[in-house]
Amino acid sequence: MTDDVLMSVRGLKVHFPIRKGVLVDRVVGHVRAVDGVDLDIRRGQTYGLVGESGCGKSTLGRAMLRLVEPTDGTITFDGTDVRALKTEPMRLLRKRLQMVFQDPLASLDPRQSVESVLTEPLRTHGFPGKPADRVRELLDVVGLPANAAGRYPHEFSGGQRQRIGIARAIALNPDLIIADEPVSALDVSIQAQIVNLLEDLQEQLGLTYVVVAHDLAVVRHVSDTIGVMYLGSIVEESPSDDLYAEPLHPYTIALMSAIPIPDPVVEERRERILLTGDLPSPANIPPGCRFHTRCPFRQTTRCADEVPSLREIRPGRKVACHWSEEIVSGRIQAAASSHDPTATEVGAPV
Amino acid sequence: MNNLLDVNDLEIVFSRRGRKDVRAVDKVSFSVAPGETVGLVGESGCGKSVTSLAIMGLLPKRGVRLGGSIAFEGTELIGLPQDKLRRMRGRDLAMVFQDPMTSLNPVVPIGTQVTEVLVRHRDMGADAARKEAADLLARVGIPDPSRRLKEYPHQLSGGMRQRALIAMALAAKPRLLIADEPTTALDVTIQAQILELLKELVRESGTALIMITHDLGVVAGMCDTVHVMYSGRIVERAQRHELFAHPRHPYTGGLLASIPRLDQPRGERLEPIQGSPRDMLAWSQGCAFAPRCRNRVDECVGEAPVLAPARPDHEVRCYNPLGGSDDR
Repeated sequence: MTDDVLMSVRGLKVHFPIRKGVLVDRVVGHVRAVDGVDLDIRRGQTYGLVGESGCGKSTLGRAMLRLVEPTDGTITFDGTDVRALKTEPMRLLRKRLQMVFQDPLASLDPRQSVESVLTEPLRTHGFPGKPADRVRELLDVVGLPANAAGRYPHEFSGGQRQRIGIARAIALNPDLIIADEPVSALDVSIQAQIVNLLEDLQEQLGLTYVVVAHDLAVVRHVSDTIGVMYLGSIVEESPSDDLYAEPLHPYTIALMSAIPIPDPVVEERRERILLTGDLPSPANIPPGCRFHTRCPFRQTTRCADEVPSLREIRPGRKVACHWSEEIVSGRIQAAASSHDPTATEVGAPV
Repeated sequence: MNNLLDVNDLEIVFSRRGRKDVRAVDKVSFSVAPGETVGLVGESGCGKSVTSLAIMGLLPKRGVRLGGSIAFEGTELIGLPQDKLRRMRGRDLAMVFQDPMTSLNPVVPIGTQVTEVLVRHRDMGADAARKEAADLLARVGIPDPSRRLKEYPHQLSGGMRQRALIAMALAAKPRLLIADEPTTALDVTIQAQILELLKELVRESGTALIMITHDLGVVAGMCDTVHVMYSGRIVERAQRHELFAHPRHPYTGGLLASIPRLDQPRGERLEPIQGSPRDMLAWSQGCAFAPRCRNRVDECVGEAPVLAPARPDHEVRCYNPLGGSDDR
């Protein structure tokens, strides 16, 4: 482990038991929300986690802060084994680990003034100095007027509320901020303001970010490294500049081609690789490669019975696919596009 | 006069006793030709969804004042008696909503909900309707349709539900389909499937489509004509190639500059539009976008600009549009 790694995650699993029975409580299976993830988050950088709903990206983000208790695996933060910490040392560590949530209205107490929201962490953790000074400073940093302190969340617009959420997250000078869908609840014209604010704060305060989002364009804009998740596992990890230029995993290829680009000229020229069917249930993950049931590049050997490992096929570029080299070089082609509605859907239950 | 739909000076005002009236839509005019896909684009609160509800006649009678005209093949829809409207809805005009879970009845099987349309508008018997419903589900890409017909909405995934909803909307072969953010609640790979499906249906059946969305990417791939709305008025309209190549209204330009693009090298910084849609001026006091506008000039406060031609087939409501006269 190189020393510029701030947080390192190995073999992280979060399995939620599925319980049945009224009198006898028995576990009939597990939802494998996060199923063996390895990550290295470098100091001062941004790691983007992308994937569609239900892929486990939010659970992974929360598990990294132990807001959801992991089932297995290790989390090392700045040399400390986070999972081994007891309550009090964990509480002290939380100063350095913060979170920004998607919906600022749901994550702010409607009856708590902005001042109170921002002072609470300062008091809890005994931040030096006068809280009122710090509140004023924080409001200024996130671009809110000083008179915002006495107001309540409903008095603000969505973008301003997200600024309050960000101010709360940076109140204690944390090292790592996990932002779960920080802009997806906001109007397009406001998203850019918040993205810029996050970037400015990173520069000023030397923050490290994990940004969890489904909007690849936004994630790519802010991230240095991107991990693409599918059904609880990372299927591709790559420097963000390379990911669109040359996606390696079939899922990433399909995901990239599915994202609409605001330019009619580009849209008319693009070839879309449509995935068929829906995401399988994380309670019943397909054997072999977890993507093989929907994969347009599926081969008759290996895919259905051998789990691909996340391997580095080029410097900095990892992919969990048996056939990446062949797909990238064009030796394996995608199966005929399947938007023909009469075609049977691969992967859908029959 | 061969338009399918002509909306003229549509005004929608919400009034409540003791409160100031809210003018949600303010003199909006546009038309839709058969087979055409028209985009209504804007952010939350710009009036795009209310416009579609007005076309469908789904706004409540109380507390809403409608002005102007909505003509469907010459028939005026505003003020049309409910029974006549009910006969047209589903048969001539149909709508797909954003959230398929709230627009499907959770306690009625999918099959019953689809056949209802067929029995009502196409005078089919129960058996024929059931068979047709299965065909419709197959056509929108739902596998094993006869089994799905017996299932309830919660047993279907989000993408499947949206397909079922599209199947219902298409059941009576409407000539105009309104899709209000049909893919916003869905994941991108499912969104791509649904958009492809809509495109195909338009191509095959010649249905006219009104796409209501905030996503400029969706518009770029789908719409023939685009109307950009801000604060209840259309501020710019053009064919999509023209609009994306030469956005003239500072709001349209601002929107395009504020979204990161996947197909271009990572830029240094995004250029957001300042302020929020809340910071607006009433149109009676000038241009509603003026408080947030980079191109603001003195005239912007006072009298509101009118929608005027800026280039061939391109109208813009602005005193100081982008690009000026030396536009490429």
